[in-house]
Amino acid sequence: MGRYLARRLAQAIVVLWAAYTVSFLILDALPGDPVTAMASAGLDGGQVDPAELAAIRAEYGYDDPLVVRYLTNLGNAVTGDLGNSVATNRPVAETLGAALPPTLQLTAVALLLAVALGSAVALLATYTRRRWLRQLLLSLPGLGVAVPTFWVGLMLVQLLSFQLRLFPAFGNEGAATLVLPALTLAIPTGALVAQVLAKSLLTALDEPYVQTARAKGAGRVRIHLAHALRNASLPALTVVGLLAGQLLASAVVVETVFSRDGIGRVTASAVGAQDLPMVQGVVVLGALVFVLVNLLVDLVYPLLDRRIVVAGRRRSLA
Amino acid sequence: MTELLVKPIAVAAPAAPVAVAEAPAAAGRGTARRLLRFLARRPGLVLSGVLLLLVAVAAFAPGAFTSADPLVGEPAENFAAPGAAHWFGTDELGRDVFARVVHGTALSVKATLIAVGVAFVVGGLLGLVAGFVGGWVEDVVMRLVDVLLSIPALFLSLALVTALGYGTVEVAIAVGIASVAGFARVMRAEVLRVRTAVFVEAARSSGTRWYGVLARHVLPNSLGPVLVLATLELATAVLAVSSLSFLGFGAPPPAPEWGNLVSEGRNYLGNAWWLSTMPGLVVAGTVLAINRIARALDGEWAATR
Repeated sequence: MGRYLARRLAQAIVVLWAAYTVSFLILDALPGDPVTAMASAGLDGGQVDPAELAAIRAEYGYDDPLVVRYLTNLGNAVTGDLGNSVATNRPVAETLGAALPPTLQLTAVALLLAVALGSAVALLATYTRRRWLRQLLLSLPGLGVAVPTFWVGLMLVQLLSFQLRLFPAFGNEGAATLVLPALTLAIPTGALVAQVLAKSLLTALDEPYVQTARAKGAGRVRIHLAHALRNASLPALTVVGLLAGQLLASAVVVETVFSRDGIGRVTASAVGAQDLPMVQGVVVLGALVFVLVNLLVDLVYPLLDRRIVVAGRRRSLA
Repeated sequence: MTELLVKPIAVAAPAAPVAVAEAPAAAGRGTARRLLRFLARRPGLVLSGVLLLLVAVAAFAPGAFTSADPLVGEPAENFAAPGAAHWFGTDELGRDVFARVVHGTALSVKATLIAVGVAFVVGGLLGLVAGFVGGWVEDVVMRLVDVLLSIPALFLSLALVTALGYGTVEVAIAVGIASVAGFARVMRAEVLRVRTAVFVEAARSSGTRWYGVLARHVLPNSLGPVLVLATLELATAVLAVSSLSFLGFGAPPPAPEWGNLVSEGRNYLGNAWWLSTMPGLVVAGTVLAINRIARALDGEWAATR
């Protein structure tokens, strides 16, 4: 177990470093000039004084060669300093830290909702013997991944808050404002969970151990929940791990739709202001979340299936 | 995708030209009959095809659908509900929403095609090089692909938009680069599979040069699954492009795009539901249609033999 963990941890650190490097190269090496963007931010298309440009360049270290800048920034990033925002001049890490709690709350609720809805659809679709109900349930995920998230959000606002006045449409205060955004965010994720889980449930129900259980007289519900679901949940868990980063990214759209504060709003305005350090901070944060969630998933795997750790150990010895 | 791996010919069959010789002509007729029967049993697939055809016509000849001006409206007719005169209603300036959606199709389709093209070419080349060259080159390329996969696609395209600037083409390139990883993976897996095939070995041992092996044998036999991925990616790209356009990073305001049409209606949700609903329905319908056709290409057709 210790070696399994250590290997996963080392991989996570390498991925984080690589994500930092890739985002640095995208933002720094591509043509867009952050300094000009910064200096002209206050002016309306007016010419920028070259001396002023040079001063800003020196202040932010943009006159250093690429490699020097990369190493300095990387060194700072390791200590948690992601630089200062170009737009607000406040530390990027501080701004992201302040924006993180509402977004984490939103994505956590959405993830729970997605897993609950997705599992319910998959379990019901594979359990029912009514053909039409099964067809209907199995076609839901396809619909869920096809509708644009921002549009679903607007439709929910229109129906549930403007027409039926059930939930508030916008804002951050209270649990009621969380319902619609979380539901919007949960739909595409839940659809994928349902797709994967339904498929692996159907495979699991054909396995010999299910026949054995049936022969021993286990009821349908027991076979479904105790035997098939446990084995079928591994692929769904993998999908959840892979989707965690995407969930955070979709928060950009959802928070914009519902005018909620959080990482998404920070990201949208940072891209709007060409705030390179902030955008890079967000990218690294996205990779960090992806890496952490997948570490967590790697930790849960052995609980569901002991063979995974054993196989890993055997391979590392070979 | 597995069926495709086994029978790549089956997918190419409907496109086969009518041959001159008698026996192949009979086979061609058989294929045509089989195709008709295949379609007759799948009304959803036919509907998807028709819808995509309409989208294609709207993209290249918007005049065929509407004569209304997408940019200039009749202020007296603002906020008209959908009806016979205005199928999708009118917006706050009295512009016909249907005309705006039809004319917006061109930009949205263009962005989608560029995005998938970039992902296909860049990802395909990376996968091809990784699979064909092998060794440390393969290691470097595939680790890079792993990193691209670990950054959420939307964040990656937002970073690229920040660097490249706003606009339809910029958004398209950003979306394309963000989905390079999938193409590289599938292409590499296919090249690895084909590279060890007996006919490749035969070609090599009979003295064919490496570029000949690559162009004649490896590439044509490994493209099938990558093309299926490309059709699926069209759907993802439509959604990604319209999301970025919704956030306001696509074409600047007066120009219509599917995404920014939905966001323009956002301020009038209470009194004009059609402004956001209609363009969104078009996006959802297009994505559903693409997914349906991708599913048919991916094994469903081959499975009916």
